[in-house]
Amino acid sequence: MEEILDNPYLQPIIATLLIVAVFPLVAGYMVLAERKVLADLQVRLGPMRVGPYGFLQPLADAFKLMLKEDIIPAASDKWIFWGAPVLSTFTALTAFAVIPFSDKFYVADVNIGILFILAMSSLGILGLILGGWSSNSKYSLLGALRSAAQMVSYEVPLGFTTVTALMVAETLSMQGIVQSQLDKGVWIAFSNYGLMLVPAVVFIIAAVAETNRAPFDLPEAESEIVAGFHTEYSGFRWALFFLAEYASIFVICGIAVTVFFGGWLRPFANVGFLETPLNVAFPILLFVVIGAGCALGAVRVTLAYEKAIMGVLALAMFLVAGLFAIPMINELIIGFFWFLFKVLIFIYVFIWVRGTFPRFRYDQLMQVGWKYLIPISMGGLIVNGIVLLFTS
Amino acid sequence: MATSTTFLDTNELVLNMGPQHPSTHGVLRVILKLDGEKVMGADCVIGYLHRGVEKIAENRTYQQFAPYVDRMDYVAAVSNGLGYCLAVETLGGIEVPERAQCVRVILTELNRIASHLLWLGTHALDIGAMTPVFYCFREREEVLKIFEKYCGARLTTHAFRIGGLQYETYDTFEKDCHAFCDWFEKKVDEYEELLTTNRIWVGRTKGVGILDAEACKTYGVTGPVLRAAGVEWDLRKAQPYCGYEKYDFDIPTCANGDTYDRYIVRMQEFRQSVRIIRQAVDSLPEGPIKGRVSKVFKPPIGEAYESIEAPKGELGYYVVSDGSTQPYRLRVRPPSFVNLQALDEMCRGCLVADVVAIIGTIDIVLGEVDR
Repeated sequence: MEEILDNPYLQPIIATLLIVAVFPLVAGYMVLAERKVLADLQVRLGPMRVGPYGFLQPLADAFKLMLKEDIIPAASDKWIFWGAPVLSTFTALTAFAVIPFSDKFYVADVNIGILFILAMSSLGILGLILGGWSSNSKYSLLGALRSAAQMVSYEVPLGFTTVTALMVAETLSMQGIVQSQLDKGVWIAFSNYGLMLVPAVVFIIAAVAETNRAPFDLPEAESEIVAGFHTEYSGFRWALFFLAEYASIFVICGIAVTVFFGGWLRPFANVGFLETPLNVAFPILLFVVIGAGCALGAVRVTLAYEKAIMGVLALAMFLVAGLFAIPMINELIIGFFWFLFKVLIFIYVFIWVRGTFPRFRYDQLMQVGWKYLIPISMGGLIVNGIVLLFTS
Repeated sequence: MATSTTFLDTNELVLNMGPQHPSTHGVLRVILKLDGEKVMGADCVIGYLHRGVEKIAENRTYQQFAPYVDRMDYVAAVSNGLGYCLAVETLGGIEVPERAQCVRVILTELNRIASHLLWLGTHALDIGAMTPVFYCFREREEVLKIFEKYCGARLTTHAFRIGGLQYETYDTFEKDCHAFCDWFEKKVDEYEELLTTNRIWVGRTKGVGILDAEACKTYGVTGPVLRAAGVEWDLRKAQPYCGYEKYDFDIPTCANGDTYDRYIVRMQEFRQSVRIIRQAVDSLPEGPIKGRVSKVFKPPIGEAYESIEAPKGELGYYVVSDGSTQPYRLRVRPPSFVNLQALDEMCRGCLVADVVAIIGTIDIVLGEVDR
């Protein structure tokens, strides 16, 4: 038993299994969250039918997708058509390996962590291109070509801004980056006399484009090219593409949080007197409020099983709130809490942007990338480098 | 080695857009010739919704045919009804009482708002802004509620009868109209806030699908598309009908004739419609609502053409009578059909993404194009 526990591979394997097992569910609920937030912006209710307040919608969707007929177009390149979604999902999930969810929960802390993630997200494009190409449909082809051009253009500012942050952090390891922010006592986005805010903002814009989200969702612009690269995909293959998309959103938000916004650190990580209000009181209050909301929902819904679900949810939330009150457990999960909290804020911003802006046109997209983001990110790199040179 | 020649073949790509494409507004099929993403030409294939409305008219009495016109431009059913009624009234020499005319103006302007709202929502959706469509449908709902209260129907209203109106207005009609106007004006500000100065929106619409005044006249294009090109032509002013000369309103025009200008013109028309509705409701006279029309209506032998400014442009009805109870021939001049002709000219040299913006900006309804 001792031997098993001491095995260095035990923790990574458990973490991997957890991520692979849980993330599809998380992605499903990210979709639900997106639909609910969009609905809120658009004066409607969103999914309300399956389960109380639509809480079981993701499960129903997953079931439906699994039970659908598996269609491979006759004229398609079957093996590539089969492999493309697998490739997309594989790379997107692999990138999770180096994301530091907290100081204790991560799969691996490689010394080139950030490079690994960027490499994986670049490889993911290949899945889209292959999927669009092998479908043998004009809409898919247009979508695939667009995504190729887009991803190549936006990887450049993404890379430049990351490099800028790495200069400040002086390490490529994801855990090391967070650690350096703890040592300096300031998040990278606000360091260097606030000059790092420029790369941080550019990074977020490029991240939206990199994940093919609105207003940069040209590869799947439904009003122009139907569904872009996944026009010919249906059923579970399509679900894999979907899973990959949401995984890459999560990953890129994770990078943004880790590299620029302190990762699993709480705000003002070095200010001692904020320890109790931020690390104990805030999560407890948050979960109590959510729990109270669920309890209110339990009162409002009429069906017995819906009442039960909402009741259990409310209890679970109160329980989590209780966990934060226990110092030993608090210490274990508080990093995870802050990381997820920040990632969710970023995901909310992504959805908000989607609900607000029209879509760019292809040439405008290229213009924004090459004429604005790349020069700005390069300028940010140089200016921050000079400042670092003279202050260190 | 024969295969390698086809491998590097760089012919134009022919892309079928529609009839099941999400943003062709119904069953329009556009055959696009593409060079990369650049459009070299666009060819419209129409007729998927053809019902032979003009032929049906020859087999119905004048009154029986009235509900059919609602099914042409179904988002502006009231305007269609008005155009048809005006043509038949001219043919039969029927006087329409003042009160009926006034109510007709109110309902037609409300309908213009509803039609433009649908245009705005779908147009924005085509360009990728998914939120305005829900706001637009919320406001449109209020218009439809007024229609429902007035005549029981929401979409294909059949609100007017030959000679005037079938129904007297309901008790709170004036109040509802005023409440709607007050509320709606603020909503227009909201849309403008969301779109008018939005850089992406401006980028997507400015300089896209330009159709200048000369081209508009060549193609016979009317309505907001013509006014956006700088021509101050509105049938409500140019040849007033239904007592439009009594109301004080402006004809919004722009200069460039691009998609953005057409957007601006329609946004201004929202405000002008509100102005007209307010004046009409305030000046609503008392009196009868229907002129003298015999039950078996037989207009004298002859012909009549009446056109109105429908939300989409000049909507004309040409009716020929042989003295019987049924029209000998009825011909519709639908604005959507005529305006759609200009699609090819507007699309050339644009990108694929612009095509959907241009189809949206012409504001077509396929029920009217195909009839």
